[in-house]
Amino acid sequence: MYKITKKRFLAENIFLMDVEAPRVAKNCHPGQFVIVRLDEKGERIPLTVCDYDAEAGTVTIVVQMIGASTKMMAEYEEGEYLRDFTGPLGCKSELIDEPVEELKKKKILFVAGGLGTAPVYPQVKWLHGQGVEADCIIGARNKSLIILEEEMKAVAKNVYVATDDGSYGFHGNVNDKIKDLVNNEKKTYDLVIAIGPLIMMKFVSLLTKELGIKTVVSMNPIMVDGTGMCGACRLTVDGKVKFACVDGPEFDGHLVNFDEAIKRAQMYRTEEGRAVLREKEGATHHGCCGHCSD
Amino acid sequence: MEVDVLKRIPVREQDPKVRATNFEEVCLGYNVEEAMAEASRCLKCKNPQCQKGCPVNIDIPGFIREIEAGKMEDAFHVLSMYSALPAICGRVCPQESQCEAKCIRGIKGDAVSIGKLERFAADWARENGIRLQAAADKKGKKVAVIGSGPAGLTCAGELAKAGYDVTIFEALHEPGGVLVYGIPEFRLPKKSVVAAEIENVKSLGVRIETNVVIGKSTTVDELIHEEGFEAVFIGSGAGLPKFMGIPGENANGVFSANEFLTRNNLMKAYHEDYDTPIFHGKKVAVVGGGNVAMDAARTALRLGAEVHIVYRRGESELPARVEEVHHAKEEGIIFNLLTNPKEILVDENGWVRGMVCVEMELGEPDASGRRRPVEKAGSEFELALDTVVMSLGTSPNPLISSTTEGLEINGHQCIVASEENGQTTKAGVYAGGDAVTGAATVILAMGAGKAAAQGIDEFLSK
Repeated sequence: MYKITKKRFLAENIFLMDVEAPRVAKNCHPGQFVIVRLDEKGERIPLTVCDYDAEAGTVTIVVQMIGASTKMMAEYEEGEYLRDFTGPLGCKSELIDEPVEELKKKKILFVAGGLGTAPVYPQVKWLHGQGVEADCIIGARNKSLIILEEEMKAVAKNVYVATDDGSYGFHGNVNDKIKDLVNNEKKTYDLVIAIGPLIMMKFVSLLTKELGIKTVVSMNPIMVDGTGMCGACRLTVDGKVKFACVDGPEFDGHLVNFDEAIKRAQMYRTEEGRAVLREKEGATHHGCCGHCSD
Repeated sequence: MEVDVLKRIPVREQDPKVRATNFEEVCLGYNVEEAMAEASRCLKCKNPQCQKGCPVNIDIPGFIREIEAGKMEDAFHVLSMYSALPAICGRVCPQESQCEAKCIRGIKGDAVSIGKLERFAADWARENGIRLQAAADKKGKKVAVIGSGPAGLTCAGELAKAGYDVTIFEALHEPGGVLVYGIPEFRLPKKSVVAAEIENVKSLGVRIETNVVIGKSTTVDELIHEEGFEAVFIGSGAGLPKFMGIPGENANGVFSANEFLTRNNLMKAYHEDYDTPIFHGKKVAVVGGGNVAMDAARTALRLGAEVHIVYRRGESELPARVEEVHHAKEEGIIFNLLTNPKEILVDENGWVRGMVCVEMELGEPDASGRRRPVEKAGSEFELALDTVVMSLGTSPNPLISSTTEGLEINGHQCIVASEENGQTTKAGVYAGGDAVTGAATVILAMGAGKAAAQGIDEFLSK
């Protein structure tokens, strides 16, 4: 059993939780994820890690209420317990193994879409801790879905907020903002790390390919075990089959077959018991329910 | 009860038509009278060949003698000296090629139903609340066991009996490994049998920590250097699924047998109360011919599908147990033998709509000694399907080997370990089961777990 030590809502249907999981907290790195199960009958839900504190033994997760399970999870309060909490899963971000001196030479842009801001945060925070600067675009449909802006400002060099409806910050989607930065502000970047809905990562990757900027994306397909056992999370990267849970979740965005990934993400949308999923489909969520991805 | 010494007492089973629609156990087992009658068929050989056929060397005439005398608790205690999981072994061991294959009674008539008797004694003990006792003499030494499948449970049980302080680390949320995620409920009931035998191992003093993925949550080296474990046994199984590499394999509706079975068995997707979904196909092909393929096929059948086994060799080459093939046929599984998939056909939404197959014929024997299947030119045909389950075998997960300093693996990702005592290339680290051999059987994994427990005991007694 894993105790919830803190819970707060970041947006109407996005919440954050600190959970006591000392083993995970001790070994966690940016780029990794966890799997949570609420109760005996629950699904294994892959969730985004937003932060971790080895000393306190806690892991911070950010969850968007999108499926039945994540809605049920939102009912859990501080002091209550999650039945299962496994991780850290997946590979750490490649940045972690690069020499800091090399990283300092790079101009890095993070592109965070909606809930994708949560997994971007620990990467930017880690870089900041190493003295490496990075810019970050946070995009969402509207102002109410922008999360972790203040936290991000504390660790990123520049934070650019973009909303589709123009209710806050730049009026346009993240791709419009990338173009704005490159064309109008004459910014140059050597590396883009884009995390968000599949459709966003697809179009960011198409744009950065044109612009000739290496791009890393974080994939969040359907998973069951999260340890390489089931192959549900398989995707094609550069013509080869990869398992997101053990080979990823981060891959070269220019090599990922997004169209296949988008089709695979639909798999359980029309299933019985997925009514909630059908009924309410946010434009931005990331790895929150394990059964939807854009 | 009348006994014809040449014929085994038949075991009661659920009617095939009925069981094809439920997940209840197929085989109902012997009652006391039937078990005692079957036990009376045993010749109690002075030099029991059956025992030599058993990977954990169970004193088979010994426990059968107790059943015949009606001393069921004693029968269970005889079994428990050799195996921590008799109710499981009695159900899933391939007895026909092990103990029962060597039974002297079997030369002229039917071999004694050793497996069914083992199961009976274990079930009787459980139903009558017989529990194993923790060792009285503690050694005060900590041993870590990675994986709670048959190898890990056996190794842990043996070490606990010898007085070691044993902790099992399990990656999933539920202990049992393949017994829980792989083998279906209708062959091996999870709550009444698997969970109960795991409770027995716990009653020996073994602790189980779930949700610990060794290689991620912690490492073998950390267990040794930071957590004070003096020896480690790796019984992490062979969990990585294989795919064929044919076109269309990433379509929706194509599953590894591991995924299909895990959703059903571990996550209980067949149960309406549980949250994990599974796609209920109407026409399913399971590619492969092993026990796992039979399990996947019979699961799909119970979910309401017409099910085809597609296997590239012939019936006599099927690697599955005869009993499993027999049960599958009884339930109405269609066998497309000497048939090999070439391509999975995909509809405009990315879902499976069929599979192009080619007929095969058997040519010269290959390296495995089995006749090599070769394609019959121009024999391609299409099977209309909505689901394909790939059951082509599994290989060990590299998570542990890649994060453990000095642990050697072979070209198949299998950990290199001594067959005799499980010793790996790293001091204090032992391994056994599918992690070492690649996918094999429950009982071979148990045998390896037992051998490694002896190896660890010798190592820590030095």
